[in-house]
Amino acid sequence: MITKTVNSVSEALEDVQDGMTFMLGGFGLSGIPENAIAELVNRNIKDITCISNNAGVDDFGLGLLLKKKQIKKMISSYVGENAEFERQMLSGELEVDLIPQGTLAERCRAAQNGVPAFFTPAGYGTEVAEGKEVREFDGKPHILEHAFKADFAFIKAWKGDTAGNLIFKGTARNFNPNMCGAAKITVVEVEELVEAGELDPNFIHIPGVFVQRIFKGESFEKRIEKRTVKD
Amino acid sequence: MLDKNGIAKRIAQEVKNGYYVNLGIGIPTLVANFVRDDIEVEFQSENGILGMGPFPTETQVDADLINAGKQTITALPGASFFDSALSFGMIRGQHVDLTILGAMEVAQDGNIANWKIPGKMVKGMGGAMDLVGSAKNIIVAMMHTNKAGQSKLLKSCSLPLTGVKCVTKIVTNLAVLDIVDGQFKLIERAPGVSVEEIKKATEGDLIVEGDVPEMKF
Repeated sequence: MITKTVNSVSEALEDVQDGMTFMLGGFGLSGIPENAIAELVNRNIKDITCISNNAGVDDFGLGLLLKKKQIKKMISSYVGENAEFERQMLSGELEVDLIPQGTLAERCRAAQNGVPAFFTPAGYGTEVAEGKEVREFDGKPHILEHAFKADFAFIKAWKGDTAGNLIFKGTARNFNPNMCGAAKITVVEVEELVEAGELDPNFIHIPGVFVQRIFKGESFEKRIEKRTVKD
Repeated sequence: MLDKNGIAKRIAQEVKNGYYVNLGIGIPTLVANFVRDDIEVEFQSENGILGMGPFPTETQVDADLINAGKQTITALPGASFFDSALSFGMIRGQHVDLTILGAMEVAQDGNIANWKIPGKMVKGMGGAMDLVGSAKNIIVAMMHTNKAGQSKLLKSCSLPLTGVKCVTKIVTNLAVLDIVDGQFKLIERAPGVSVEEIKKATEGDLIVEGDVPEMKF
C-alpha cells in the first residue's frame, strides 16, 4: 500500500505558486474543494488560471478568489451566477475562455487518460470552433479539441482512504473524477478519511493511483445555491 | 396565448413512453410536471443524474443532490449518478432521446442562439452546445417574441450561435412550429391565437398549409 495522506490543507498546498493552472471540481457550489479554495485565499496565490465548470457566487467558492483578484484567467462553461465575474469579464480585467461543458469534461478526461486530443461535434459552426481543425466523420463535421495541461487538480470527494481511493456522493461527483490525475499533482479533500482496506474495492470510483495527496477537510459548509423545496 | 406552464404542458405531449429526456433551465424544467404518469420516462440532468425526481421536502434537502439549474432535487427509484464526462458521453453518444431547451433566437435553417449577447450578457453555453451538437430530437421552448416585442423566430440569427441546423421543433406561447426545408412550418396555434397574429410575430419565412388546428390539452 502506498500512503497518500497529508496532515492538513496547508501541507497539501505548500508548493502552489503564483501563475499556476489549477483544475477545480464542482458543479455550481456542489462538490467544490472548499478547503483548497480557502487555502488559496490564505496564501494569496496570484495570476491563477482556473479550469472549473463554474465561477462560484459572489461570496463563496471561486467567487472568493475573484473578489481578491487572484484569478487571471477562467476556463469554464457557465458563469451566470456571479455578478463580480461578469463585471471583471466585461471590463477586460479577467481573461475568460468559455467552452462547452461536455468538451470541458472530455478535455479533463483526455488529460487523465493520456489522450492528447479528440474530435467532438460540440461547437461546430460557432465561435468555439474558430481557429480549430474541422474534420468530417460519417458526413458530420467535428472540431479538434486538446487535453488540458494543469499543475494541480483540487478535488472534493465524499469518502477516501489512506491509499487515495475515492468515493463520491450524489451529483457532487460531477467533474471531480474526471480531473483526478489530469494535472501534475492531484490533491483531494474528503469528508471522511478511513484506513486502507475499510472501503469495499468494488465500490471505489477513482483508484488511488490518480491521487497524490489526500486529507480530511477541516470543515465543509456545502452551501446550497438554489434551495428549492416542494410546496 | 399560453403562459410558461402552458408551453411546458404542450411540450410534455411530445415525451413518449421509454424516453430518456434532458431538460434545460427555465421553461423546459417545467415540462417534468406535465408528463403523463402512465408512461415510463427518465429525466437526465447533465451534472450527473439519470432518474431525477421532484423537488425535496425540507427534510430531504441535500447539498450533494442538485440539477443543472443548481436547484435541490430528489432521485427516483432506479436513478443513477455519474461523472460529467460520462454524462456528456450519454448526450454525445445519442443515448438520450429528447432534448428540450430554451433559446434567445431560432432561425429558419435550424440554427439556435442562447448563450451570449456581445458586450451585454455572457453567461456561457453550459451544456447547450454539446446537446444541440449531437441530439437527434431537439425541441426549443421559448416565448415567440422578446421583451421588446421583436420576433425570436428569424430568417437568420443575429446573436452568436450555439449550434447550426439542429432545431427541429419549436413550441412558443403562440404556436407549435416545425423546421422544414429551411422554413418555419406552422403546425398548431395556441388557444385563441390567429394565424395572422403568428405571422406578425414571426420574422422568418412561415409556411401555412390549410386550416391550422388549435393545440389540444
